[in-house]
Amino acid sequence: MNNPVISANELSLTYQTNDGPVHALQDINLDIKKGEFVSFIGPSGCGKTTLLRVIAELETPTSGTIQVNGMSASEARMQRAYGYVFQAAGLYPWRTIGGNIKLPLEIMGYSKEQREERVAHVLELVELSGFDKKFPWQLSGGMQQRASIARALAFDADILLMDEPFGALDEIVRDHLNEQLLKLWARTQKTIGFVTHSIPEAVFLSTKIVVMSPRPGRIANIIESTLPRDRSLDIRESQEFLDIAAEVRDGLRTGHADE
Amino acid sequence: MNKFRFFWHKVGPVLTVLLVIIAIWYAATIWLNSSWAYDKAKRADTTISFSQMVSDTMIQDKPLLPAPHQVVKEIYKTTVLKKITSKRSLIWHGWITLSATLLGFAFGTTFGILLAIGIVYSRAMDMSVMPWVITSQTIPILAVAPMIIVVLNAVGISGLLPKAIISMYLSFFPVVVGMVKGLRSPDQMQIDQMRTWSASKISSFWKLRLPSSMPYLFASLKIGIAASLVGAIVGELPTGAVAGLGARLLAGSYYGQTIQIWSALICAAILAASLVAIIGIIEKHTLRRMGIQL
Repeated sequence: MNNPVISANELSLTYQTNDGPVHALQDINLDIKKGEFVSFIGPSGCGKTTLLRVIAELETPTSGTIQVNGMSASEARMQRAYGYVFQAAGLYPWRTIGGNIKLPLEIMGYSKEQREERVAHVLELVELSGFDKKFPWQLSGGMQQRASIARALAFDADILLMDEPFGALDEIVRDHLNEQLLKLWARTQKTIGFVTHSIPEAVFLSTKIVVMSPRPGRIANIIESTLPRDRSLDIRESQEFLDIAAEVRDGLRTGHADE
Repeated sequence: MNKFRFFWHKVGPVLTVLLVIIAIWYAATIWLNSSWAYDKAKRADTTISFSQMVSDTMIQDKPLLPAPHQVVKEIYKTTVLKKITSKRSLIWHGWITLSATLLGFAFGTTFGILLAIGIVYSRAMDMSVMPWVITSQTIPILAVAPMIIVVLNAVGISGLLPKAIISMYLSFFPVVVGMVKGLRSPDQMQIDQMRTWSASKISSFWKLRLPSSMPYLFASLKIGIAASLVGAIVGELPTGAVAGLGARLLAGSYYGQTIQIWSALICAAILAASLVAIIGIIEKHTLRRMGIQL
């Protein structure tokens, strides 16, 4: 039961470029337990997205091991162990919102009844009920991103990987979606990996914050949040929140100072 | 009122260009046919005034360049006034050419799409086939067409099929080029997304690559159908075919029937424009239904 859902051991990834090797990730050791909400934060080029992509087996590490649900990342991907939310919603313009959510379900061979039932269920989870017949262009950017989260939730994956899903949205929409995401996490009990470059977002959402630093991309600090799981936006005014944010900021600064 | 303005907005420019073309055409008619009119007067030992010359250039039997109204009259005579089954009916000839065009277009589109799928999914085909596809289009079709017709005739295939094959030869090319680009149009994120769902190649083809390629396909089809028509007409030329717009062109040039040549040409142009327009309409409806705004 206490086995980690995601476990990285001495993980490194080096790209060979014309200017010599680029160490995107170096000696990453990380355990993520079931039901945790883990944020990856750091400046651009620190490898936070690369790490998420390695977990999803969209990239292959050059050395070290990565385990997801106790198997290799490759096996986990084949078994559809995770839902992945990209920076852009990436909805197909020729499919309705419902049709877009059904897309992975069709690919995975869910029956027609199951598809209908799941679409209704996840649309309710992201508060988009009644929008299934609408086309993506009829929705705002924030609603589109919610639909893309619904799509990642529609099939039975207990891991949700999110790569700066709210990066392109304005602050107000973002706050609202963050609150919704926490509710959703509480209801679904999923394990979430969340890439961001916003300190308040990371602190507000996470139970664990992985602070990363660039060149080579590595983990500078791992901060276990002491905030309660059930939190509202007001918590951002609390001293505890500010302390954790300061700790994250420190971690980011030391990462930079090493250069 | 608004509707009228909208109409004028769309039709106005086209109509203006048409009027300019007709004006230039008339001027050229007078200029090109005048020497014949003057020669005729010379032989009759008379002189003619400028206005007499102009009116003569409009009514010659075998003018160097027939006047637009002569062509319109000829088209009217050979479409509306002739029975469709008559061998003098342009509609009958047009249908012969159109049937070869449509068959060739169907062949060419199918072949083009299949080739594009092969090129996109097989690296070996990408490396080996594409140069040949491009080379195939550098060979003049006029040189290849007679050989195709003669060879197919020797094995007992004649009539519609050889023309359709020449038509296919011209029309598959834009489809291959367009579809290769179209099937490769999904961006890296969309391909990664399919990977996260562990989608099979077949799933990502039907659900992502093929729908993404639709705008490219239609652009190619518009070029392809016009090329098909050219192919069908070219296919009618070398063997002295007895039917089809190409045959009318050929017969016209044998007997110096310039009016007949021009009316066949104009009919071919109208046919091509209509075919392209039909595909344009299908394109608009399909893409709109797919939520892709044009």
